[in-house]
Amino acid sequence: MELVYFLIEAVVKVVVVFAVLMGTVAYLTLVERKVLGHIQVRYGPNRVGPFGLLQPIADGIKAFFKEEVVPAKADKTIFIIAPMISIVAALCLFAVIPFGDKIEIFGRTVSLTIADLDIGLLYVFGIASLGEYGVVLGGWSGYNKYGVIGALRAAAQMISYELALGLSVIGVLMISGTLNLGEIVQRQAGGHWNVLYQPFAFIFYLVCAIAEINRTPFDMPEAEAELACGFNIEYSSMKFSLFFMAEYAHLVAVCAIATTLFLGGWHGPFLPPSLSWIWFVIKTGVLVYFCIWERGTFPRLRYDQIMKLGWKVLLPLTLANIFFTGLIMVL
Amino acid sequence: MGSLFHWIVFILTALTAIFAAVMVITRRNPIHSALFLVLNFLCIAVLYLLLNSQFIAIIQVMIYAGAIMMLVIFVIMLLSVEEERRTYKVRLSPAKVIGLVVALILFAELVYGIALRVLPGVKGEFTPEKIAQMGDIKAVASLLFTRFLFPFEVASILLLVGIIGAVILSKKER
Repeated sequence: MELVYFLIEAVVKVVVVFAVLMGTVAYLTLVERKVLGHIQVRYGPNRVGPFGLLQPIADGIKAFFKEEVVPAKADKTIFIIAPMISIVAALCLFAVIPFGDKIEIFGRTVSLTIADLDIGLLYVFGIASLGEYGVVLGGWSGYNKYGVIGALRAAAQMISYELALGLSVIGVLMISGTLNLGEIVQRQAGGHWNVLYQPFAFIFYLVCAIAEINRTPFDMPEAEAELACGFNIEYSSMKFSLFFMAEYAHLVAVCAIATTLFLGGWHGPFLPPSLSWIWFVIKTGVLVYFCIWERGTFPRLRYDQIMKLGWKVLLPLTLANIFFTGLIMVL
Repeated sequence: MGSLFHWIVFILTALTAIFAAVMVITRRNPIHSALFLVLNFLCIAVLYLLLNSQFIAIIQVMIYAGAIMMLVIFVIMLLSVEEERRTYKVRLSPAKVIGLVVALILFAELVYGIALRVLPGVKGEFTPEKIAQMGDIKAVASLLFTRFLFPFEVASILLLVGIIGAVILSKKER
């Protein structure tokens, strides 16, 4: 009987997270366009529904009825699989993120994590490194030179920044002494947020994460001005939307992980434990807003500058951060 | 988790792994080969999971399936696959003969080891229960940083030498 309850609980959690995430992703496209519009002193979408609130639905319907085009020389199987890899990897990231404190439902204690893994953080990195295949294969399979250039850039950039990203969180691991995301959050109780002890690591993490999910100013794989959309140039209709959704899901994911690792996860004052997930949502939302804001602020870097920044600036800095963290912990 | 469940997962992954391995060496397009190799690595990761080694499994996914295969695919893309697809002529070259002999010897060793059960293995001190209690990563680390510290450091120095060598090779003459 316990097994049945366990299965029901798991399925409900998955469905809730999936539904909330998909809704967030849909409305994130609107938020991004609205905020960018505000930054660039224009209105942004405001025709569909009040304040343009129905815009994501209109976009969805439009993408659904667009014609599917698969280039004649494309590698069809990979062309179809690539967007799926992207979206599945982005969704799988949310399996280990602790959204809130344990709550009681119908007399059962339910932890607000889908899978409480001992190797949670490594799982995140493993899945993230698999998700890169979506972008790379998507660019390659369309048999388009811009696509291939985008794919090559994506591969090189992601490998480079994955290193610095991994190294940037090691300081946090040294402090918490565990890879379990739930425990990392537990150890930040009472205002001892990791960002206070690891401020530089937090900045490095944000920079690397933005590069890792290919957002401006690091959006080399799809630099519109030079590559005419890059890796997703041959994609149309729902396949294009899948890439788009994956990008936003990735954005939410890296912000949620930053919240978990550095900003104390669901810890916060005023709210009872059963509502602690609201803090998580607020913190993640602030970080997401920051990512949109910086997109409206910074121009795109040149490709060689991005690689230089990754290897010659961020990598040594993150290593130095680990070194000094160790030094302070020993002293 | 019953042992029947373990068996079903094991047989499915093992068959997929073998299928992927065969596809790696029979595809014409090198990118397809590389992708089947990724699939093969993922199956191996699942096998590690069945053996209670979460850490090794996730490292397998991260390093091999993620990073190294990404580099391999990167290089294949740079070499522009479409023009240099593998030609498919069955010819006997010395390399193939040597490869065949080595493969046969390895296969014979496998059969000898598994079917004849001459390698029973030694039960280690880290039983599944103990690992589950102390945590997989702690178990790996407690050995790696105490008893096997010296080989660990030697391996890291070897890697460092390799990195410096690669930098020197790729540096242009001035």
